[in-house]
Amino acid sequence: MINLRDKGAEIWERQGRLGRIGIAVGGVAMAAALPFMGGTILNTPIADYESVLVYPIAMYVLMAIGLNIVIGKSGLLDLGYVAFFAIGAYTMGLLGTKTSLNTWEILPIGIAMAMFSGIILGVPALKLRGDYLAIITLGFGEIVRIVALNLGALGRSEGIQGIPTPPGIFGIEYAFDSHRIYFWTLLILILLAIWMVRRLSVRRAGRAWESIRQDEDAAELLGVPTFKYKVWAFVLGASVGGAAGVFYASKTLFIAPDNFTLQISILILACVVFWRYGKYLGCNSRSGNSWLPTGSNSFLIRRPSARVRLGVGNHDESSS
Amino acid sequence: MIGNFLDQFWSLTFGGLSLGFIYILIALGYTMVYGVLRMINFANSEIFMVGTFATIIIVRDVFNFTQTSEYATGFRLWLILGTALVFAMVVSGVLSMLVEIVAYRRLRRMNSGILAPLISAIGVSMVLAESVRILTDSRPVASPRAMEKKFLGQFFDAGIRIDNTIIVISALFLFGVLITFVNKTRMGKAIRAVSMNPNAARLMGINIDGVVSATFLVGGLMTGAAGFFYVLKYENTSSNIGFELGIAAFTAAILGGIGNIKGAFYGGLALGLLETYASFFLGTQWKAVTVFIVLVLILYTRPNGLFGEALTQTRA
Repeated sequence: MINLRDKGAEIWERQGRLGRIGIAVGGVAMAAALPFMGGTILNTPIADYESVLVYPIAMYVLMAIGLNIVIGKSGLLDLGYVAFFAIGAYTMGLLGTKTSLNTWEILPIGIAMAMFSGIILGVPALKLRGDYLAIITLGFGEIVRIVALNLGALGRSEGIQGIPTPPGIFGIEYAFDSHRIYFWTLLILILLAIWMVRRLSVRRAGRAWESIRQDEDAAELLGVPTFKYKVWAFVLGASVGGAAGVFYASKTLFIAPDNFTLQISILILACVVFWRYGKYLGCNSRSGNSWLPTGSNSFLIRRPSARVRLGVGNHDESSS
Repeated sequence: MIGNFLDQFWSLTFGGLSLGFIYILIALGYTMVYGVLRMINFANSEIFMVGTFATIIIVRDVFNFTQTSEYATGFRLWLILGTALVFAMVVSGVLSMLVEIVAYRRLRRMNSGILAPLISAIGVSMVLAESVRILTDSRPVASPRAMEKKFLGQFFDAGIRIDNTIIVISALFLFGVLITFVNKTRMGKAIRAVSMNPNAARLMGINIDGVVSATFLVGGLMTGAAGFFYVLKYENTSSNIGFELGIAAFTAAILGGIGNIKGAFYGGLALGLLETYASFFLGTQWKAVTVFIVLVLILYTRPNGLFGEALTQTRA
């Protein structure tokens, strides 16, 4: 079988600046056109195609990009990523129903909450060795769910209902069933996240993460403040998860602890692992392809439409 | 509250002790594997879950017990309990060995670091848990009660229930057998050797793969026994019990110092009691949170556990 990723990277390598812009624009355009491709080979027989495109596919892509900062870039195994997703969603749920803030105002608050919890979890946990970190984060993911399940203020097992949809912005209305609009908004968030990760990767932070992933002790000896950058990776990963959570709550209008199980963490992890560590664009291509073991429409999710190549290949072979 | 607690202290303690012994047996599964491979065998929690189902299969399907049938007595009761225990142990042990061969062996040969086996282990646990979930339609399964749970006697105000007694005595027995196995037999010696230095052990002609398989087998046997005791005590199971019990048992293993068999013993006891007391004060729904907080505190303050990673002969 032809290795599409390497092939893509090769083509990308040979292009000049103009060609690269062309590929990137073409890729984004193709991804943006996905909602129109329902009814063809990409159809989903039971679930609504466009809603599947928003959740899980685009949502998982976004989260996988966030998780990839933690796992792929800096080599820290985080098994409780769903916690940040849940924290973002519950922030949206609580503030959206109890106050008059709208989704766009809550988005930064949700991100901040997720980042804050990232610090709370990260500062003690990141002092530990890799496999202990995995267990701690795994426990944390489950604890967040249990707290949501048992705390009256968070609605227990009924969760929070009647979460408002985002208000219109730039004349675009967010009706709850206009999935396309949500998909495109998510696409913008995804592009923003990719941009953030790309910019960070080529700068000091990216080099620090790379060195931590390869050999943490050596990095520390060479003067990289490893702990600081590990916490940063964790917090940035959490921020993307929080953003996804806020948007998710605002899209589904209803959240319950059952939406935030360990399985989601594992699936996002699978998204990251499938396309080898460190290839955040791989997250796009594979996230929809992971076999979703839970949920009613489980294997519907296994679908080629998720092969969204945004055309922006990361060809840094040393990081694989 | 405190008065209540003192009134119930002994009955809580007995419940906590038997829970503690269940934790000890699962923790042994973690700690044995960690001792030899320096790897957290994540799938152990699901092996425990399979053990509980194996027990129910014996009691319900082989001996045809239903919720309404009469309690077994005398020889038949011991036959049922014995068969269920042995079957649960064998199923879990063999499954544990298979998991090692399927999920870890290749990665170990490739020297893939610590994260890849961990991810592979999560994959295996997911496959096991989800298969059982599909087979049971996501419903919890109740075990018919084969044994009348009578009280053997009184200790202060608390009745000593027969199932708790059986658990404590047989778990102690199994623990003793394990200690003897590790310290006295040829294979136990090989396990200790590999745990001290795999390379030197290989140079001395020890078959590493065999030792690793044996370790997984023994860990699985202990975990399977825990599955049997769990069903004996709580009389139900479901496809998702593995996770919570697994985290708790792992905490127990860490508490005593992971890789240290005696540590697993004290850690399991301490955690079982602590969890029982804590759920009395906070309510059972916060049980998992208590365990997790204990885990974080231990890892943060004493990552080697209360008894430390024993780097001497006692380690296995």
